[in-house]
Amino acid sequence: MITIEQMTKVYTMGEIEVHALRGVNLTIHSGEFIAIMGPSGSGKSTLMNMIGCLDTPTSGRYALDGIEVASLNDNDLSAVRARKLGFVFQQYMLLPRQSALSNVEMPMLYRGIASSERSRRARVALELVGMGNRIDHRPNELSGGQQQRVAIARALAGSPSVILADEPTGALDSTTSEEIMLMLRQLNREQNLTIIIVTHESDIAAYADRIVTIRDGVVTADRKNEVLHV
Amino acid sequence: MSNQPVRRVLEPVSDTGRNGLDYRELLKVSLDSLLANRLRTFLTMLGIIIGVASVVSLMTLGNGASEAITGQFSALGTNVLTIFNGRPNRGPGQSGNIAPLTMSDYKAIERIKLPIVGPVPQFSSNATIAAPAADKSSTVIGTTADYAKVQSVIMASGTFFTDANVQGASQVVVLGSSLKTYLFGSGEAVGETVRINSLACRVIGVMAAKGGGPFGSPDDQALVPITLAHTRLFAARTSDGNLRVNLISLSVIKADDIDFTQQRIQMTLRDLRKLNSDGSEDDFNVINQASFLSSLSTITTLLTTFLAAIAGISLLVGGIGIMNIMLVSVTERTKEIGLRRAVGAQSRDILLQFMIEAVVLSFLGGFIGVVFGSILPIVLTVSGTFNAPVTLNSVVISLSVSLATGLFFGIWPARNAANLNPIQALRHE
Ligand SMILES: Nc1ncnc2c1ncn2[C@@H]1O[C@H](COP(=O)(O)OP(=O)(O)O)[C@@H](O)[C@H]1O
Ligand SMILES: [Mg+2]
Repeated sequence: MITIEQMTKVYTMGEIEVHALRGVNLTIHSGEFIAIMGPSGSGKSTLMNMIGCLDTPTSGRYALDGIEVASLNDNDLSAVRARKLGFVFQQYMLLPRQSALSNVEMPMLYRGIASSERSRRARVALELVGMGNRIDHRPNELSGGQQQRVAIARALAGSPSVILADEPTGALDSTTSEEIMLMLRQLNREQNLTIIIVTHESDIAAYADRIVTIRDGVVTADRKNEVLHV
Repeated sequence: MSNQPVRRVLEPVSDTGRNGLDYRELLKVSLDSLLANRLRTFLTMLGIIIGVASVVSLMTLGNGASEAITGQFSALGTNVLTIFNGRPNRGPGQSGNIAPLTMSDYKAIERIKLPIVGPVPQFSSNATIAAPAADKSSTVIGTTADYAKVQSVIMASGTFFTDANVQGASQVVVLGSSLKTYLFGSGEAVGETVRINSLACRVIGVMAAKGGGPFGSPDDQALVPITLAHTRLFAARTSDGNLRVNLISLSVIKADDIDFTQQRIQMTLRDLRKLNSDGSEDDFNVINQASFLSSLSTITTLLTTFLAAIAGISLLVGGIGIMNIMLVSVTERTKEIGLRRAVGAQSRDILLQFMIEAVVLSFLGGFIGVVFGSILPIVLTVSGTFNAPVTLNSVVISLSVSLATGLFFGIWPARNAANLNPIQALRHE
């Protein structure tokens, strides 16, 4: 469960102040599949980084599963990221010379999960995303869509509260994008995973159950998605 | 689909409460990373290997060379004092009346009872030595049995002459190794007779080769009892009826005694020669080979320093190599650092991982460097060309410099990257 109240973020670059978020209010419940939409530069990634505990807001309140994130130091933020959050990046961000399996295991290293359990969970996660037969492949032996599947497996292997995906299909063609979105929706339905995606494309947002639109750092629309894809 | 009961395949993780990696896992992460990037690992180690190997081999060879040079001269006897005729600190051709060095000087020194081996008088001149097959003009030295001890003579065959030979003026001769080969070839010389200025002498020993010294090579000389040289071979009487000698040598038993011994001899000879009454200058020289060796050591120090300087330059070059690769690799790896931070690594985990990588690289590279650097010295030593045992100094110096470089440039940029905001690190190009 995510509660955001009056969140602002100001970037200062020399004398210029950029108000990336200007008072965002948002509540996200467990099990939701939600898309954050908006034009480029509207503050989607900034909001995502705040939710992902990768950066701290300038003002406002953010509670993740009851944890007040604004008061945490760097090490506590790392611990929250390790336990509560799973990340999917536009550019996949897999370690280039390591196998799919060790890429998926990697985040679990940082929260004290034993080696055998890491390996078991990584295999299950790779099965879930349909990469069970590619666990020893390295990223350069996989297509873009397959790499993103491995990245999704990496995000979900540790059973996080929330999976955050910033433009997860931004580097993929439309067919592959559709496959990835269908898979995310299936994971949301069958595994009860909370998923937040960021996109500037309405066809991609259309796979989600709820669409939040932001513009110039404020939420301008928040609606249930009526036109659900098959 | 939506009618199916919700069941998560991956149940939530029961929290261990533990953050960060334990050391075994850290080690594994670091080693995996080194193994996964073999080329980068190899290139980084190369700088360390080259630096360490060149320092170890150059310093060791320099050290071996100086020891070989010093050793050649020390073989002549570091504890040896030599007494010559002539005023100190003057060249040849001195005017004024200088009393020649004689057997009475020798006996006066012998009477002091110093903790020495010797003294040993030497009276030498050129003579023709004729063997059945060949003859040669050589230096023939008349001396006493102690000569063998003072000059550390090693016999290749036969024996040196004895005190009895000296007392009886026996017609015996000991040959230097080159002279023996000239006269007898590879055949047996001991037991044969040679004629020295037509006086028949029996060869009783041949000395082992010793190499050149400052006063001509002993390998080309022949040694006879000094009594024989005085009475039968050469004209030796001075105007006042004494027997002439060219030099007197002795060796002190303890190197520390050398200055004291030198002073005692100087005083005794001044008394004997009545130089004290009128305060005259010495008309003899007491030369200490140690002072000669110390000027030699200036030269060898120069050689070692020169080689050490070259080694230092290669260490610097190696260090710059390590630095470059490490800096480049951390820049390349900033994204990786950002990713690890984003998924939950604390900056400490990142720092420790890079530290372990740097330690493994530096130690492994340093070890390989020591092995490579030791190959040439060991081959030279074992083949007998050159005695150059690997010095601890060179290993310690080269290892500590390259380890310090490797660790510093492995850790310092990683620390900066670990302290970046994960977003900045992830976006790094
Ligand atoms: N690290 C930063 N420093 C300065 N300005 C930033 C930074 N990150 C984002 N911004 C600015 O904040 C605004 C919102 O950016 P962002 O959240 O990335 O938008 P979106 O993801 O919707 O395209 C933009 O004007 C952008 O230039
Ligand atoms: Mg963005």
